[in-house]
Amino acid sequence: MNAMEVKKKPLKNYLGIWGWVWAGRYNVERYLYTLQRVTGLGIILYGILHLTINGFRISGEGLWEDTMSLFENPVFAVGEYLVIAAFIIHALNGLRLILQQLGYTLGAPKPPIYPYSHALQRRRPIVLAMGALGAILLLLVLIDFVV
Amino acid sequence: MAEKEKSLTMGKLTFRVQRYEPTRDEKTYLQEFVIPFTKGMTVLDGLNYIKEKLDNTLAFRVSCRMGICGSCGMLINNFPCLACHITVEELGKDVIEIKSLPNYGIIKDLVPDLTPLFEKHKSIRPYIVRSDSEEMEEPTAEYTQSPQALEEYLQFSFCVKCGLCLAACPTSATDVLFLGPQSLAQAYRYCADSRDEGMRERTAIVDSGHGVWLCHLAGACSEACPKGVDPALAIQLLKRTVLAQTLRLQKKKEASPIAPPPVEEKPKLPVPEFTAKPS
Ligand code: SF4
Ligand code: FES
Repeated sequence: MNAMEVKKKPLKNYLGIWGWVWAGRYNVERYLYTLQRVTGLGIILYGILHLTINGFRISGEGLWEDTMSLFENPVFAVGEYLVIAAFIIHALNGLRLILQQLGYTLGAPKPPIYPYSHALQRRRPIVLAMGALGAILLLLVLIDFVV
Repeated sequence: MAEKEKSLTMGKLTFRVQRYEPTRDEKTYLQEFVIPFTKGMTVLDGLNYIKEKLDNTLAFRVSCRMGICGSCGMLINNFPCLACHITVEELGKDVIEIKSLPNYGIIKDLVPDLTPLFEKHKSIRPYIVRSDSEEMEEPTAEYTQSPQALEEYLQFSFCVKCGLCLAACPTSATDVLFLGPQSLAQAYRYCADSRDEGMRERTAIVDSGHGVWLCHLAGACSEACPKGVDPALAIQLLKRTVLAQTLRLQKKKEASPIAPPPVEEKPKLPVPEFTAKPS
């Protein structure tokens, strides 16, 4: 083996997008990170569709009514529910993120004494409370949709 | 659990180890080794057994074998760990998969290329920065610090630069240039130090496109950190400090002064009887 060969560049080993989805046995916050992105992208997509379709009104009443009749399909009702669900999750988790990303609710640094704990772990009740509130809201919206 | 323990004490473990020989291989592959289980053994003990008895070409980094040097970071059963810090019993499985740390290049087998970690660490000026550069270069005495001021950053100073946090971080997984939890936590560690005056310089580095705002609080770094450093907490506190500085909400803090010379000299203690006297 000569020196040139040893200098071969290290093999790339970045997890990429896969690292957002699944990279190991992590706790809930890491998966909320992904959910926040997915729901955010979903809301943007909905926003674009919403504006485009509302734009049809300019082209006259006929086109608008035709398009609206398309949305009577139950598939769109499910889609609409998903958009509201995405909004609820994104808003509640976003609120937690704004507070925690500015250092609030996380507490002060603690000397690392074994067994170690970290701030997010100590504050997990916040995530659980947020999850419970989200679940109640999702259920209420679901009842509203079905009834 | 009882079943797991039983199977572990049956005596055999399967180590599935990632292999990559840069002069020969284009990509990595897993190689299986069957090794004996001994009570209390760490994953590193298993790797040492393989290296000594089964295949001496296996490459991995190790030094202190007691969780202090930060050399032996690996992805063990899909979680970044120090191989010397984690026992086989803790894993509770008799098939153990060991790979090189993700989000770093692979030099050989289980040896990640940690150069980016060290470069990023160096970039945030990880030392006390003072405006009196003369005193900084040629110190005449130490700077004072109260125990309360020490607690502001003490937790973050336990970092051993093992790099596990970058392997756990989902932002580091997609952004190669992201400074990453290790160096951002260290930026806060120095900014929060009452002896330091380098906040402005560090803000210019961390308040950038690949800096502190790319952290979206997945918290994976703090979960993976083997030293209880809690980089996620340090990064959020750094965000608060940077924002307060940008919006000019922060009072200018006075860096702690140089310790005054001792007022009176303490009397020298007598040399104890049993000590060899200077001739
Ligand atoms: S913060 Fe923890 S995981 Fe990251 S390099 Fe330091 S010791 Fe290792
Ligand atoms: S060998 Fe030093 S930390 Fe594992």
